Amino acid sequence: MNSRVLVVVGVFALLVGILAAGLRLNPREVPSPLIGKPAPPFELPLLKQEGKTFAAQQMLGRVWLLNVWASWCEPCLQEHPVITTLAKSLPAPVIGLNYKDARENALPWLARHGDPFMLSVFDSSGRIGIEYGVYGVPETYVIDKRGVIRYKRIGPVTPEIAAQKIAPLVSELSRE
Amino acid sequence: MNRTFAFLFLLFFSVCSFGKEDPILEKRVMALASELRCLVCQNQTLADSHADLALDLRNSIREQMERGASDKEIVGFMTARYGDFILYRPPLKAVTLLLWFGPFLLLAIGAAVLVRRIRRRPGPAPELSEAERARAARLLEE
Repeated sequence: MNSRVLVVVGVFALLVGILAAGLRLNPREVPSPLIGKPAPPFELPLLKQEGKTFAAQQMLGRVWLLNVWASWCEPCLQEHPVITTLAKSLPAPVIGLNYKDARENALPWLARHGDPFMLSVFDSSGRIGIEYGVYGVPETYVIDKRGVIRYKRIGPVTPEIAAQKIAPLVSELSRE
Repeated sequence: MNRTFAFLFLLFFSVCSFGKEDPILEKRVMALASELRCLVCQNQTLADSHADLALDLRNSIREQMERGASDKEIVGFMTARYGDFILYRPPLKAVTLLLWFGPFLLLAIGAAVLVRRIRRRPGPAPELSEAERARAARLLEE
């Protein structure tokens, strides 16, 4: 009889454990199939200079970060100080992908909150966003010297993620 | 006045339907979109969702279909960017085995437990011998 009670309690505890683990998972964090794959190529106009373009291939041979942002995106503002600190402290440049935005909103946003980006490219249609599997702005990618995506963060970069994940990865990749 | 209004009303709708593309293509787009998850509002399909991204992805599906891509190619395009999570029907893979067969596994475990319990239940009481019967009768009479 006693062993039966133990079995019931055990099964119940197991169930609670599984459900508790499930609750703690974030359904928004979808593993990206792009990790380990070449970063999709693009050539887009610059946000600040309409006539000029920038191509991802220009970054070959360097470790760099791609940060997808928009002036309409609240969490982008929230992570902005973290991106700014990262851009100052990392040996890798941060390139902004201004996603589905308008110049008349994006430029004042940068003027007001500071521009940490080496440059921002302007993806008004979101077409390049689709190539990069963007679905929750902001998103941040770490791309290595061979142009391969090594890390992707969906949602705002927190100071913890910046310090524990991104910074060590960038210095490791810079030595490669 | 009423006539002008009616005219404008009809004109508006004729323009709307004129702008609409090939209904067969549209049907194909929606059929495929209803197999794909909108990643912004995860419990809706791309067909149901009004999210901006869902609209963009439907447009992308439409463009690819116009270029002659098959449904399979388009699904490949989507999973290459967004992963299997975009599929409402996850593919059968080593990592999804438990997802597909887990319920059957639970059913089998339940059935095994049930069978064991039924087997373990004591059978009908053994028949009484003549002597026991006589003893019982005597006890009842007392």
